[in-house]
Amino acid sequence: MFAVNFFLLAAVLFCIGVYGVIARRNAVLVLMSVELILNSVNLNLLGFSLINGNIDGHVFALYIIAVAAAEVGVGLAMVMLVYRNRRSIALDDLSEMKG
Amino acid sequence: MMVPVLLAASEVNVALNVAFGVLAVVMIGAALFVVTTKNVVHAALWLVIVLSGMAAQYLLAAAEFVAVSQVLVYVGAVMVLFLFGIMLTRAQIGAEGNLNNPGWALGIPVALLLLGVMGWAIIDLFGDQTIEEAPGGASTQAISDQILSPYLAPFLAITFVLLAAAIGAIVLARKD
Amino acid sequence: MLGATGWFLDNAWLIPIIPGVAFALIILIGKRLPMQGSELGVASMAASLVLSVGAAYQWIQRVDDAGGHSEAGTLGLIAGFGRSLTAAQEEGAAYVQPVIRSWTWWESGGASFGYGQHIDGLAVMMLFLVAFISLLVQIYSLEYVRGDRRYTHFFAAITLFSAGMLVMVLGENMIQVILGWEIMGLCSFLLIGHWWEDEANSTAALKAFLTVRVGDIGLLVGTSVLFFGANDWTQENLGTSGFSIQGLSAWALSGEASETVLLWGAVALFIACIGKSGQFPLHTWLPDAMAGPTPVSSLLHSSTMVVAGVFLVARLYPVFWEAFSIPDVSVNFIVVIAGITIVISALLAFVQDDIKKVLAYSTVSQLGYMMLGLGAGAWLPAVFHIFTHAFFKCCLFLCAGSVSHSGSHHSFDMKRDMGGLAKKMPITAGAWIVATLALAGVFPLSGFFSKDEIIDNVGHNGYEVFMYIALFGAFLTAGYMTRATYLTFFGEPRGAAAHASALEAAGAASGRAGASPQNDASGHVPSPGGAADPALEEGRASAGQVGVSPLEDRGVGGLSSEEDDPADPALHGELATAGLAHADHGDAEHHGPHESPKLILIPVCILAFFALTAGFTNAVAFGEDWEQFKEYVEPIAEASDLEAAGAAPRASDLEAAGAASVRSGSSILNDASSHSVSSPAPVQEEGGEEEHASGCGYTAPEEGGICFFPAVSHAEFEWSKAALSLIVVGIGLVGSWFVCVALYSKRSRSLVGLTQRLAPARWGYNFLWNKYYLDHLYEQRIIRSIAHPIARGANWVNQNVIDGVVNGLGIGGRKTGGWVYRNIDQRVVDGAVNASGAAAGGTGHALQPVQSGKVNQYGALLFGAAAVFAIVLVIVNV
Repeated sequence: MFAVNFFLLAAVLFCIGVYGVIARRNAVLVLMSVELILNSVNLNLLGFSLINGNIDGHVFALYIIAVAAAEVGVGLAMVMLVYRNRRSIALDDLSEMKG
Repeated sequence: MMVPVLLAASEVNVALNVAFGVLAVVMIGAALFVVTTKNVVHAALWLVIVLSGMAAQYLLAAAEFVAVSQVLVYVGAVMVLFLFGIMLTRAQIGAEGNLNNPGWALGIPVALLLLGVMGWAIIDLFGDQTIEEAPGGASTQAISDQILSPYLAPFLAITFVLLAAAIGAIVLARKD
Repeated sequence: MLGATGWFLDNAWLIPIIPGVAFALIILIGKRLPMQGSELGVASMAASLVLSVGAAYQWIQRVDDAGGHSEAGTLGLIAGFGRSLTAAQEEGAAYVQPVIRSWTWWESGGASFGYGQHIDGLAVMMLFLVAFISLLVQIYSLEYVRGDRRYTHFFAAITLFSAGMLVMVLGENMIQVILGWEIMGLCSFLLIGHWWEDEANSTAALKAFLTVRVGDIGLLVGTSVLFFGANDWTQENLGTSGFSIQGLSAWALSGEASETVLLWGAVALFIACIGKSGQFPLHTWLPDAMAGPTPVSSLLHSSTMVVAGVFLVARLYPVFWEAFSIPDVSVNFIVVIAGITIVISALLAFVQDDIKKVLAYSTVSQLGYMMLGLGAGAWLPAVFHIFTHAFFKCCLFLCAGSVSHSGSHHSFDMKRDMGGLAKKMPITAGAWIVATLALAGVFPLSGFFSKDEIIDNVGHNGYEVFMYIALFGAFLTAGYMTRATYLTFFGEPRGAAAHASALEAAGAASGRAGASPQNDASGHVPSPGGAADPALEEGRASAGQVGVSPLEDRGVGGLSSEEDDPADPALHGELATAGLAHADHGDAEHHGPHESPKLILIPVCILAFFALTAGFTNAVAFGEDWEQFKEYVEPIAEASDLEAAGAAPRASDLEAAGAASVRSGSSILNDASSHSVSSPAPVQEEGGEEEHASGCGYTAPEEGGICFFPAVSHAEFEWSKAALSLIVVGIGLVGSWFVCVALYSKRSRSLVGLTQRLAPARWGYNFLWNKYYLDHLYEQRIIRSIAHPIARGANWVNQNVIDGVVNGLGIGGRKTGGWVYRNIDQRVVDGAVNASGAAAGGTGHALQPVQSGKVNQYGALLFGAAAVFAIVLVIVNV
């Protein structure tokens, strides 16, 4: 099996995730895209782990899963807070930081 | 672009490569639906497919523990979170027209550009490198040894992150 | 061989740390302390002084040990933490190894930057000097700046200032020297501009800072040049970096240094010294720096700031020695600059009315002596002159401060506000006179020994022309100091000193309500000499007798002293208004000339004592036993290699007998032979060649040998030569005295107004009065000649090029052309301001959409940029 398979799949998923982050307007969908990106990174780590023949990648993948869980928790809580305050989670409405 | 690579790789281990290819195609398709569908709930369901496929890929990469964690955490917990999030923030379950930004088309060139660069770099770097045989798999014990001795510090950090995230989520979502 | 080290020597690096910490404490908590932080400054300087004295004591022991056990050849301990000095192992017989410790600060590209200490005789002497003078000056300041609105700030700055000098003095490498140097530059700016509300002061501070900065460029350039020249050699031979002072010294003397690198490095460093030490032509900042409080001037001009330049030359002496071929030529860059400086600044001192400016020019002139000594190979006398000069110059400044504090109502103008003060301020006057005589170089006082040594050695080393210049300078010094003394302490009291400035004060202060009734009273109260007569214009002769005697012994009377002369209250009232500055320390008893308080007098007296006696530490005139400085301060030039024991006999081939015992420090043989400790060849007129052929600095050291100090030679003291300079000084003193009496007291017709009547005299006076037009040159000519052509060129481009283009465009039609012309012209006139404003605004507007506040766009930018950079990375690496 070619190592490149994992990496290419990861790259494709990553780019799809990037597209989602850029294109999506709904905050929940953006979070989903971020999950795609994180998962692709995990796949990469496991691929490296295979190539190098150690399990460091596994450890890091687990850490990333944990961080992703935390991120989704906080992110969704924020989204709900925003929704409660504004009745909308459209990201282009949230432009208070506009310069 | 995956196809020729997969065909070329088939001589190494047919079954593995076939499994990989099928999963890859499914995942990519599902991921594309995640970012293009007009229904938020559907997007979440497509995401379930991607994450499940990812777990299967982990199995192919001989990472059983990670695969199980993936199923438990992502497919189980995170997706439930997502669905709750969707429900709590959207009364409407059906399709909507305005899930995309006005400038959504910008994402396509950026994504393609990234894909091109990364793909080129990956093929240039690992183009002909093969993984001889999927090793027997990292035992859970080995992973726990790794986590609890050399990677203990990040592990502790992760625990704090999770704690902080739990508290933060409660504080943020609390109604007062 | 290496003598004992000791705790004080090993830990000398604490000396600058203490005032540094004290500075931080004063800044942070000083205001809350009972004495507003001044106690911290004084205490830190006292601690530094104790450590310095300890270090000096142990250094002397070390040298003694080295002399006594020179044959023992035991390897000395260099307490280096970071590295071991190979030189220490190669220690020879005579060279007393400095106590060097260094720590690596940071490393970059193979160059390591360390900090540490380099303690040798010179450093020990300077440490003591700086700590001592700083302590006295701070004690003095307790009284002098009492009640100042930035009292705490003053002590903080002055403490940091001393710390800067101390850092520089014991700096182990050039980086540290630069650090101390710049700390001093900053603090001098702060201190000179201490009373920055007055615009003149802040201008002076700026001028001092910027002028010195001009020179500082030389320091950076010189350090870099020498570093790149020396680093390889020092790494290989000594294991130190090319910043190390010891490394640079050894490298310069090794004979392997490139002539060009040495020369340019030395020239650049000397330019820095010109700026710092106020040598011609960058001396112009020094007199202006008198705008600072007097203690600052005194500290600046005695042991710190200005001496830093001289110290740098003395410290890196081998570099200058080799670069300018000091032993082989009869004129070089340093001595020329120094010679010019001596004479022109001494001449300038004659036309100053401000007592501090006289002293400032005197300092410049004396620094010229030091530089002259260094430039002419008279290292030891020059260093000795630093030592003695610090005492008497500090004393003079503190006396001037005392006079202005208690005698002349914060005026420094000798002609208007002083005169006859000797009667009222006897202690100050006595100290001043002692210091003046020391400065002039009268026989038993300190200045004689050092200055005469310089003059003597300059001549001895083949710089005869400069010897005569120096003699002429000594004559001038005696002259202007006598003038200043006479104007201040003798003759009739004038102005504030005579209490006769009442009228001017009344006029000036008429707006001050509280004062005017008393002023009115003054008109009616009869006074013995009519001093308070409102009609008094100048208040010169008649005022002289006035108010003096009644006020003479009043120390506590103040405004309400009933037992005083009736005129007193009136006078007091006027003086209260006259001395505007007295609001500063506002206690009533300070009115009228009187002796200063103890806190001022004690430092002055201590300094006067040292001015009197410091010369005996190296009184060449009394023979070898008196030459402590030569024994303990001067590093002994000897190639310190493993064969050093053999090197001594080699050097003493000429003198077969007893050379070895010269090594062991027997002074008898030194007496008989040369005064050059390093090379026992006799210093004879015809023996010069042999002398130059042996010893370090004349020839490259033997293979494997490392030399740290050039073999400077010493002239033999002869009373006949000393007599010449004494006669010159005597003529200067006496002649000037009579001229002063004639001019200022008897107002001799032939002399008064001479500068108005006689064309050459007028011309000369104007020339001096305008300080050789150097400021004029800098400000008017150089700055304008640089700035104006640029402006004119820009204008030309505007007028011709742009307008031409505009006219070209206008060919299409007159109206269109005119419109375009006006439009473009408008832009030209409004110029850069609009353009830059528009550019900033335009950029802001252009970038505004980017800052949309929309996460998606940020994401797109982020990932797009990442992709682009990845492409760049790929392209670069492929």
